[in-house]
Amino acid sequence: MRIHPRHTQRIAVTVLGGATLLTLAVLVFIIVFILEKGLPVVGPGFLLEYSEDMGRAGGIFTTIVGTLVLPVLAIGLAGPLGIATAVFLTEYTVETKVTKVIRFGTDCLAGIPSIIFGLFGFIFFVTTLEMGWSILSGGLTLAFMVLPTIIRTTEEAIKAVPKSYRQVSFSLGATRWQTVKRAVLPNALPGIVTGIMLAIARSIGETAAVIFTAGSSLRLPTSIFDSTRTMSVHFYILAREGISLENAYGTAAALIIAVLLVNLAAYWTMHRFIAKRS
Amino acid sequence: MMSHKFEIQGLTVRWHGNPLLKKISMNIASSEILGVIGPAGSGKTTFLRALNRMNELEQGYEMEGRVLLEGVDIQSPDYDVVSLRKRVGMVFALPIALPMSIYENIVYGPRLAGVRNRAKLDEIVEKSLTAAFMWNEVKDRLDSSGMRLSGGQQQRLCLARVLAMNPEVILLDEPCSGLDPISTAKIEEALTELKQNYTIVLVTNNTHQAARVADKTAFFLMGELVEIGPTNRVFTAPTQKQTDDYITGRFG
Repeated sequence: MRIHPRHTQRIAVTVLGGATLLTLAVLVFIIVFILEKGLPVVGPGFLLEYSEDMGRAGGIFTTIVGTLVLPVLAIGLAGPLGIATAVFLTEYTVETKVTKVIRFGTDCLAGIPSIIFGLFGFIFFVTTLEMGWSILSGGLTLAFMVLPTIIRTTEEAIKAVPKSYRQVSFSLGATRWQTVKRAVLPNALPGIVTGIMLAIARSIGETAAVIFTAGSSLRLPTSIFDSTRTMSVHFYILAREGISLENAYGTAAALIIAVLLVNLAAYWTMHRFIAKRS
Repeated sequence: MMSHKFEIQGLTVRWHGNPLLKKISMNIASSEILGVIGPAGSGKTTFLRALNRMNELEQGYEMEGRVLLEGVDIQSPDYDVVSLRKRVGMVFALPIALPMSIYENIVYGPRLAGVRNRAKLDEIVEKSLTAAFMWNEVKDRLDSSGMRLSGGQQQRLCLARVLAMNPEVILLDEPCSGLDPISTAKIEEALTELKQNYTIVLVTNNTHQAARVADKTAFFLMGELVEIGPTNRVFTAPTQKQTDDYITGRFG
């Protein structure tokens, strides 16, 4: 029996719309739940004061610093490295067995659980290279962890730039690098930024890999060789060891707001950039 | 005696082993328009792209024979392909404005060549747009995006972008295939003006266009050059039967 196209159309709209609504509902529920429990704790004092008594009292200032510094270091290393790799793979090499193996390797790397990266970072950076539990060890480990994401999203963004732009650029006497710089990268930028945002979000939210490599010191770090504690780790320890569920939720709320602000800022900047060009 | 800009000697182009062009030999004189006609798949575009080495941007192309630009073989491995493309500009079949302002589109080539002086760039923009018959249309909105122009305007923008490099040769690959008659007329008008200073090779699917603007016409069929001669002669008294069949619309 054949269902009338008018009905299949209606069913499709219901199913697709329902899926969207459900996704949205879950998202809103989680955010509202956390904010409702956490926001009452969050105030200027909570954000700007040092922790006291293992986090039972006081604020989360040092963990905010840790949360800022680690991803900055990680993205600062992995961003340029990943983008350069992606540009090389897409623009400077032809598709061969070697590039396929490299691509397969990055895909595998992207699927490795973060705790394995943590373990690797602990053995390699912390112990073997004697960097100790430090921002440096943590940043390097996070950089390794987000590198595949950055490479793959950048590659996809570069591939999505119309071939005709490259042709025009070459026909106007551009070298390959000039073409990459002026015709390809500016048009791939929105996709690249999305990849970087994903990488930032992943490294901000990362707990397992950070605990193993950056440690969990609540002191204010003065150099990249000091240990630090990020908000995610702080949340984990407060909740896991039953120190203060109240402050744990406060930390989580602050974390969500921070991620939201980072995203808004990035999209706003990108929007202005795109609006100028099209 | 008229000088030859291009001398093409026994040019064969293969793509993954299949010959797209077979032993083409011909000359292209400077300061004239050469029209290239022929049915789809006859090798017109491959021929055009052999003149500025655009074929090699894709994998699988092999060339044989010689393409001399003012006596120098452009296919030799140590020939500087970047400087070749600055001398031999190209307008593509589809109008492609780069996603940047009209002004930035025009100065794309000059900037690559290292022109930094703003006054000089302004001058190039005005000159190129004037030559492409669109200065008056866009002079008040040079900062708006090139992608907001209509198809016909975008194609003239592409022509102006090529002129901005001050090339010696302009290659046009069916530049009017997607355009309305008025835009087509404007492009043709521009080409007729430009031929005094440039060598122009115009690939076209529209035989009438070749008849209107070309000084010489070459007819390609299945990768072979069937006939080349003054446009008047080719259209009124073709020496080859296939040419006659094609221009009178019996096939193609």
